[in-house]
Amino acid sequence: MQINWLAFTPGPAFFGGILLGIAAALFVILHGRILGISGIVSGLLSPKEGDVHWRLSILLGLLSAPFWASLLFDLHTVTVIDADWMVIIVAGLLVGFGAQYGSGCTSGHGICGLSRLSPRSLVATACFMSAGFLMVFVTRHILGF
Amino acid sequence: MRRHFQFYSQYLIGVLFGLGLIISGMSNPEKVLSFLDITGAWDPSLIFVMVGAIVVGLGGFYLVSKRSKAFFGGALHIPTRTAVSRPLVIGSLIFGAGWGIAGFCPGPAIVALGAGHLKALIFVLAMLAGMALCNRFFTGHKNLV
Repeated sequence: MQINWLAFTPGPAFFGGILLGIAAALFVILHGRILGISGIVSGLLSPKEGDVHWRLSILLGLLSAPFWASLLFDLHTVTVIDADWMVIIVAGLLVGFGAQYGSGCTSGHGICGLSRLSPRSLVATACFMSAGFLMVFVTRHILGF
Repeated sequence: MRRHFQFYSQYLIGVLFGLGLIISGMSNPEKVLSFLDITGAWDPSLIFVMVGAIVVGLGGFYLVSKRSKAFFGGALHIPTRTAVSRPLVIGSLIFGAGWGIAGFCPGPAIVALGAGHLKALIFVLAMLAGMALCNRFFTGHKNLV
């Protein structure tokens, strides 16, 4: 293992992390819910009365975040992924299926679950981190993408 | 009035979460993949994202554990399951594999969609399809715990 010191940005990472924590904490304190993005999205696939509005409000906030970032911080928000569109589709299918089957994603299990000391979320986080490490090892160092 | 206030608070939480993803580097697939590349030129920045988010999250979830209702009066929707189940492990492994392919998880994908990236739209549509597939063929997996 060698650390890429040029890419290492602990300050913005920590500050951004604090914002993620504030959002998750505010959501559970004010609205009593877990800020898990996959769950918020997938709940819209089978909409129930009175359960749609809050999901759309959160998603609207997420969608407009790049606008606010460019306005407030002059930040270049998202780098375009240069992966092939078939690769993107496969990745999206796996992410959607896996998050639904595993009851959560990086936000629900990784941030909220660990913050409430849930053993289930600890296992889930260990699983998706390991699979991520393994997948990048295979694609970058064995297949040579 | 109350409904408007709820909308704005949820919208603001979505914006905060999205800004956290952008500032921390989570919405940059290249940075995520560099973090997952532990055997290559490793960028450990995203550890600091988790630490920042969880430090704040721990406080938030601790406060909520002392309450029986959300601040706005609604019920608390905190997961009650504790068993480490097969769907949890398998789903999380699949999720992590998808995450390691494109460097996108659900939150950052929605943010990138808001930034107007076509590939983010393709990813999100595939993600919705993955979720729907899970619901269609693995209905009741939630009841299996």
